[in-house]
Parts: sequence; C-alpha cells; structure tokens
Amino acid sequence: MKQYAYYPGCSLESLATSYNLSTLEVAQKLGVDLKEIKDWNCCGATAYFPVDELLAHTLVARNLALAEKDGLSDFVAPCSACYKNAYFTNSYLKKDADLAEHINYALEADGLHVNGTMKIRHLIEVFIEDVGLDEIEKKITHPLKGLRVAPYYGCQLLRPRKDHENVENPQFFENLLSALGAESLDYPSKTRCCGGSLIVTNRKAALDMVQILLQDAVNRKADVIATTCPMCNVNLEVYQNQVNREFGTQYSIPVMYFTQLMGVALGIKPGKLGIGKELVSGEPVLAFAY
Amino acid sequence: MDTELSFNDEIANVMYATHGNPIKDCLQCGTCSGTCPAVEFMDHTPRVIIGLIRAGYKDEVLASNTFWSCASCYHCSVRCPAGIDIADMMYALKRYSMWKGQHQEGLIGPVFSESFVKMIVNSGRSFEPLLAPTYIFKNGPQGLVQEAQTATGLMLKGRMPLLPKKIKGLKKFQNMVRRIIPIGEPS
Repeated sequence: MKQYAYYPGCSLESLATSYNLSTLEVAQKLGVDLKEIKDWNCCGATAYFPVDELLAHTLVARNLALAEKDGLSDFVAPCSACYKNAYFTNSYLKKDADLAEHINYALEADGLHVNGTMKIRHLIEVFIEDVGLDEIEKKITHPLKGLRVAPYYGCQLLRPRKDHENVENPQFFENLLSALGAESLDYPSKTRCCGGSLIVTNRKAALDMVQILLQDAVNRKADVIATTCPMCNVNLEVYQNQVNREFGTQYSIPVMYFTQLMGVALGIKPGKLGIGKELVSGEPVLAFAY
Repeated sequence: MDTELSFNDEIANVMYATHGNPIKDCLQCGTCSGTCPAVEFMDHTPRVIIGLIRAGYKDEVLASNTFWSCASCYHCSVRCPAGIDIADMMYALKRYSMWKGQHQEGLIGPVFSESFVKMIVNSGRSFEPLLAPTYIFKNGPQGLVQEAQTATGLMLKGRMPLLPKKIKGLKKFQNMVRRIIPIGEPS
C-alpha cells in the first residue's frame, strides 16, 4: 500500500482537532496510509512572508526535506494554507537553482537537504484522485440523503495555482459531496475569501467577509457549509457569534470539515470525527444520516 | 555609474522567488480592484497602489493600509491579464515597509507578523494564545469581552491547548534560522 507523508499543521493540533481526528479516521477507512512527518515545524501560514521571504521558504522547505528523507513521494496537507505554502516553495526549488542553494545552505545547519522532488497534495485531492469517487461511493453506509451542503472551497486550495481545470468554477468538491449522497448546492461564493488572518489583524473587514459567506449559504437554504481548510472553518464557525453581534443577524448554520461529512457517510461514529466540538452545533447534520 | 533605484525596482527586488514580477506590465484595467473582497477597507485600491508605485509615490504607498488589508486570497493574482501576482506584491510591500520601519500607525498586521515569527523561532510551532496580546486589546472593551468568551468556549470544547508545543530538534532548527536572520547567540 502506498504511504503518504502527512503534514497536519499547527491548527490541527488545536482549533481544528476535529479535522485531524476525522482525517485519520476516514483515511484508515479508505486504506490511505498517512505517515506523520517527524518533528515538523509550523509552515508560517501567511505571517512569515511579511518579515523575510527566504526565511519563509526555508521553514517550509525544512518540512519538505524531512518528508524527502523518509523516501516518500507525496506530501499531504489538510490545511489549504499549509498546502499552498508547500506547493509553491516546492515548485520554486525545482525552478530556481539560486533560491534552492540559499535554502539548502540554511538547512545544512539542521543536517538536512531538500531537492523539491515531492508531489504536493491537498488531502481532498488524495481522496478524490487516488481513492476515487467510485471506491468511496461503494463504502458509503449512511448516505447523507437530502442534506443541503454549501461546498466552500475557499482560496488557497485553488489559488494562486493557475493550472487547475477550472479555478473560477471548480466542480470536484460538488462531485465528492454527491458521492456521499448529499445535495450539493450551487454556492456562488464558494471561492470567495473568508478573510483568513484578517480575523485578527483587521477584524471588521474579516467579519464583513464572513457575513457575506454566511448570508449566501442561508439564501441557498444550506443545512451545512462544508470546508477544506481550518482557517475557513474557524472564521465561519467560531466567529459566527461575533458576526451576529456585529450585524444584528441570527446565523446558526453548522460548518463542518469535508472529512467529517465523509466520516458520517462512511458510518464512523460522530464522536470519533470530533463532532460535538463545535461552537455552532453540528448535531442537526447527523439527523440526515441516521 | 551611480544610479538610484526607482521605487518600482526596489519593490521588484524584494520579490525574490517570483523574479520581480512584471509590475511594469500593469495596464491599469482594475480587474484586481473589482475582484478584491477587502477593497472597501483599503485606503487605495490595488490598481491605484500599482499606479502610485509606478509613478514613484513612495510615501503615499507606505502610508496606506492597502497591503495590510490584503488577506492573501490570490483572486487578483489569478485574474490579472498582465500576469502580475498582485497578492505577492502586497507581501513585498509589507516586507519593504517593515524593513524601513515606515507604516501606518495603529495597524495590527506588522506587530502580529513580528510576534508570529518570534514565536516560531522560539518553539518551531504556532500557539494561538501567545499571539492574542497583539490584537485582543485593539477592538475596545466589547471586543475584548467577545474574544475572551470565544476563547473560553474553545477551551471548554478541547480546542485550545493550555501549553505550547516545541519541536524536538529546536537547537538545530534555530541554527538553521540563524543562517538567514540574526536571532542572537544560543544561550
């Protein structure tokens, strides 16, 4: 069985523990062998680049080097920000010998060397492309019949890559949700930004951006918003209450990781998927499967 | 020959990995500004910022909050017909303004970034509670109460660890960092 280098990222050990739990459960169920990279460090999210570009790339490259050392070919990140950082540092390493030399000079002090030879994958790609929708569908025991899901891609899962099949109107998330038996909605703001780290650096702007996403989901009568990134999930879920106070709204819409929805449909017990850790209860979603 | 770099070239120089990015190819079409989800919170739209950079209005650019309002969603970058990675350019402006120590007062962004990097250099991992002081006092007493309530909720749900994590190979990790930025000698 193929083994993948798994890079959980910092959020999956704190705010997004349910993403980590559900990822590991679903992976096991689907026969995807995730091997956690030993002693990985924070990838920097969006906060290193304003300080030093070379440092930002080097910190990402350290994780790539650790994964390369394990002799694995695929680097898998469930967080879109980690994924985007790994994807681009890796591609620059291949294209830019000068940058690679600078990075490797620094890595040498940590006893490491990076080649940029790994294939960088987001977790959702691994499930869709490597396991395949047919295979997933075969294992569904609790189809999410009648569940109206807003598929929220967010930003960095798709951008700034330009080589996606369709960066403006992708369909793969919808297809996955359909395979789970759910009703995938035409969600117009599916690739609109949630505000990311602006939630701490410019709260007003971020709450405004989150409000648009929530209203859009409500307009489509969504039962749940499905996410592929811990940052998006936190902004939409944890800050829903603060949006309500700011705008005088009464949103109470569950937000779940796509892996949690997969897990429910695959018959994994909700507690094992971290369901129950939300501030906006995800309980209503379960009624569709059971 | 002694030539002074234009502001345009200085910014291009702090975009190392993207080889300067073709800022000079901007056609001022405004696709970036029309795309940006944070544009209404910016002093100048992204299109105007590029125009100001091209025209050499350094002080106006550095005094604006535009690049600190960018959420790095890269929507402008994939749509730009001239192929400019505008979000990356916003990062370059952040770096430039931090190096020069010249940015709008009262912004959380620069302080947050600096604290974040310090935290990573000290532990190798990110830990939200250590970053909180950089922003929780900035939104008034009501904002502080809301943040405290949110944090309590998260803690009760087991989503906020009480102790920061450290990577095992921290010493060697810091030696690696030392080859790029000065962080003092090992203690």
